[in-house]
Amino acid sequence: MSQFYSPTAIQGGIDEYKGEWKVAQISHLLKRTMFGSNPDDIAYFQKRSVSQTIDELLLTPANPEPPLNFYDTVDYKDPQGIKFGETWVNTIYGDGTVNSKRKASYKYWWVMQMANQKRSIHEKMVLFWHNHFSTEINEVDDARYLYIHNTVLRKYALGNFKEFVKQITLDPAMLKYLNGRLNSKNAPDENYGRELQELFTVGKGIGSKYTEDDVKAAARVLTGFNINNDRIVYNFNINNHDITDKKFSTFYNNTIIKGGITQAGAEKELDDMLTMIFEVEEVSRFICRKFYQFFIYYDITPAVEKDIIEPLAKIFRDNQYEIKPVLRVLFKSQHFFDTNVYGAMIKSPLDLVVGTLREFDVSFPLQKDFVQEYYNLFGEMMRQGQIMQQDIGEPPNVAGWPAYYQAPLFYEIWINSDTYPKRNQYTNTFINSGFTKNTKKIQLDVVAFAKKMPIPNDPNKLINDSLEILYKVPVTTEFVQQVKIDILLSGQSTDYYWTELWDTMISKPNDTNTLNMVTTRLRSLYQYLLALPEYQLS
Amino acid sequence: MKRRDFIQNTFAGVVMPTLLNGLSFKAFGNVDEAAIGDGNILVVVQLSGGNDGLNTVIPIDKYGLYQNARKNIAIPQDKLLKIPQADTLGLNPVMTAFQTMFKEGKAALIQSVGYPNPNFSHFRATDIWNTASDSNVFVNNGWTGRYLAINNPNYPTGYPSTKYPDPLAIQIGSVVNTALQGPVQSMAMAISNPSSFYNLIANKVESTPNTLAGKELKFLREVANQTNLYANSIQGAAAKVTKQVTYPNTSLANKLKIVAQLIGGGLKTKVYYVSMGGFDTHSNQVNTSDTTTGTHANLWKTVSDAIKAFSDDLVGLGVSKKVLGLTYSEFGRRVKSNASGGTDHGAAAPMFMFGDLVNPIVLGKSPEIAASPSTNDNLTMQYDFRSVYASILTQWFCLDQAYVDDVLLKDFQPLPLVQVQACGKITANEPITITEDLISNYPNPFADSTTLTFHTKGGHTMIQIFDNIGRVISVPVDGEYEAGSQQVIVNTSDFNSGMYFARLQNGEIQQVHRMVK
Repeated sequence: MSQFYSPTAIQGGIDEYKGEWKVAQISHLLKRTMFGSNPDDIAYFQKRSVSQTIDELLLTPANPEPPLNFYDTVDYKDPQGIKFGETWVNTIYGDGTVNSKRKASYKYWWVMQMANQKRSIHEKMVLFWHNHFSTEINEVDDARYLYIHNTVLRKYALGNFKEFVKQITLDPAMLKYLNGRLNSKNAPDENYGRELQELFTVGKGIGSKYTEDDVKAAARVLTGFNINNDRIVYNFNINNHDITDKKFSTFYNNTIIKGGITQAGAEKELDDMLTMIFEVEEVSRFICRKFYQFFIYYDITPAVEKDIIEPLAKIFRDNQYEIKPVLRVLFKSQHFFDTNVYGAMIKSPLDLVVGTLREFDVSFPLQKDFVQEYYNLFGEMMRQGQIMQQDIGEPPNVAGWPAYYQAPLFYEIWINSDTYPKRNQYTNTFINSGFTKNTKKIQLDVVAFAKKMPIPNDPNKLINDSLEILYKVPVTTEFVQQVKIDILLSGQSTDYYWTELWDTMISKPNDTNTLNMVTTRLRSLYQYLLALPEYQLS
Repeated sequence: MKRRDFIQNTFAGVVMPTLLNGLSFKAFGNVDEAAIGDGNILVVVQLSGGNDGLNTVIPIDKYGLYQNARKNIAIPQDKLLKIPQADTLGLNPVMTAFQTMFKEGKAALIQSVGYPNPNFSHFRATDIWNTASDSNVFVNNGWTGRYLAINNPNYPTGYPSTKYPDPLAIQIGSVVNTALQGPVQSMAMAISNPSSFYNLIANKVESTPNTLAGKELKFLREVANQTNLYANSIQGAAAKVTKQVTYPNTSLANKLKIVAQLIGGGLKTKVYYVSMGGFDTHSNQVNTSDTTTGTHANLWKTVSDAIKAFSDDLVGLGVSKKVLGLTYSEFGRRVKSNASGGTDHGAAAPMFMFGDLVNPIVLGKSPEIAASPSTNDNLTMQYDFRSVYASILTQWFCLDQAYVDDVLLKDFQPLPLVQVQACGKITANEPITITEDLISNYPNPFADSTTLTFHTKGGHTMIQIFDNIGRVISVPVDGEYEAGSQQVIVNTSDFNSGMYFARLQNGEIQQVHRMVK
């Protein structure tokens, strides 16, 4: 692969990292594998080793409760009689109006899962796979399909990749999105057969040499699979299935897949085809490159290909395409913890939106008492990501968001003269006035955040410790001094004034004047820090 | 703003041939309210830390009491700089540049500016000055921000616009002063430091480390610069000014130089804030060998020289009539010096104003100093700082009084601080010279009660009684009165024994009288 830009190469291979395990390393790992590095999570993992931490991050958490009816109002009731606060995922489609409300419920719910994520990489992996097996809500256009699709992403996010591909191939949302349901022997639709190879498994790197005939053959294997709309599962119609043998190119070792004449036979064809595809080593390399570009850095240099991708791909194959062993080695590697990796990535909009609210531990109204407000506040978070060009569930096309793959800009695609000010407006608003839905407000609690710092009454330490969590790039001592004097000390040169103010706030918790003085200054401080380019880096 | 519609339909200038304290006030009817004051610019110089006013402006008429109160830091009387406006005071000997400005009629001094119940915390006091709140009220937006929001309630949505192509306000510094915080948004943009300013006008980006993160940081900073909606107008204005006077090489002077460059280049920004720290002189504020030198002297040499250079530069750039300047600090310092050769956090202090159209006066008397001052003694306020703000709003920004009440959160009487032609409005352009005592009490010293006698010119009249720290103990008079001499008996049985100050406020007339229990 080409070398886009590497002023200094990332050092270290996949050998296990044995170096320092402090806030800098932990927050790096958490920012990359979760949404933001929350101070409580950092403190939690500080008591564990690197290895224990990563093992724990790779656990799959329990399934979340499904999305709910938050949309019933005085004037509008769910036509299927789903009660306010109950889930709609098992009901019938209904009509366009309720479907659009359920789609909103689904999107808000998804951002909710990100914000409420457990200490696990799982939610980031769901996003990774959403970008990989891309579908668009407005194309699929049935909230129930989308929810089921989401449960597949969740089930296999840290599971077996080969089995994952099979489930995605037969997933109703995917059968609809890439026209698999219309794929029949008399009018084969090559859409899925192509993307299966080009985007989902083999990729289009230099090691990928499948042919147009392979696309056609794959499409023929998949003829006859459509959707049972009542049960929302795949359905097989033998009359639409091409029962002839399918012959693949030399890239696939001239494999011939025997035509099946029953549903079981057709499903065996799919299994055989996946076995054939997964025989190609390029599959393991392609996915490992995607992991690398999503989690580490976009530039796959020849050295990275040789020292990182190759060994990871071998681990992937040796483990029958189990995902966890690969990620375990990748995140435990010296390469991942090389300081040159820190801050080298521009946060995606969702990373910024959800990461910020997680780093500041924003508390939402209780879902059980305020379903509507709860959903709508996450809706606002969803919308923030949307206006910054990452609309969850709505990637621009089947290839996912260009920032994750498009050379040579990659993550820089997220940033332009429209989106950058929106990022600043988001953090400014979140700090100063918060977001309100029907009198329920969410706002960054800057005082609570500062209280989590080890020595918040020392203005130098408060700033430095905050920066250790918020920034992954170093700042100058002059910067810290300037921010300290201009903001925390209101122009004074004596640190003690901040210490005195902070201590007074702690010793007199009912003194609102002092609390206000601290709050004003901390809001200015964090507003300033979160608006700078440094905060856009992960 | 709630009064806007009302105001816009109201005749702006009212002819009021009143004789007020011997001065005639004239009003210009039918003035184009929209046009006047439009080009007027305010430059606010914040002196952080709490300036020691008594060693900045030294009372010559009370020199013995002054010298007695601060033996270790008093400045010799023969070194003080005289100004033509008042022979009762002298400036700190380093302030020769300011002395020249007073002589040229380009500077004004307001004695003992403060507010009732002063706060001695830097943070709280700074907030009070910036938000213009009462000392027991917490407000989270600022006086200039509220002023700018009157005509720009939706800022920044839709800005820059044809009518407002330039920033409404500029903070030279990384963080915008709370004074510029509007009800919803900050009304100002910050230019963090001279180097970032030069980067902005040269369209350069700060250097970044040669790392993978540095590459992205550079990219982000470039976009951030492009998205500065005012980059073009600032670059354009700065480029028009190629020649400026020589400024001293100090941080404050460098900041003011940028301000002059932008004003000279035609930027329509109305308010600039610059700040300078270091005024928190708890110890060693003078050199004991020569009290005319040392930390505090250096601070004021810096301020005075920088402002004089700025003033000269504005003349050279042909914009000096458009600019009014103001200095403030969050508090003054105690009357009595401490044993470390410094002074502790205090209350009222003098404020300076400067500009071609400033009313070049000294307002107020020398502060009261006790013969045996206690360590807690403060200068008693003669003027509320919000009266200074009210003067700027009405006489410089030509704002209708009804708006002023909104901006300053309640009614504050303007003082005659700006020459009439700035707005063509009702303002005195000569100092109010009050020679007679307008307030007295008997008996003095008093025990359980005392009778205050005061003269009012009529209208709203208020008397506040402060203790030596500045706390309001009683407000025996607060209402509408007929012109003439009035009396009121004050029950003082609850007063602790000590020094008290009765402050009379009647329109722009403010006078302080000392009493003892």
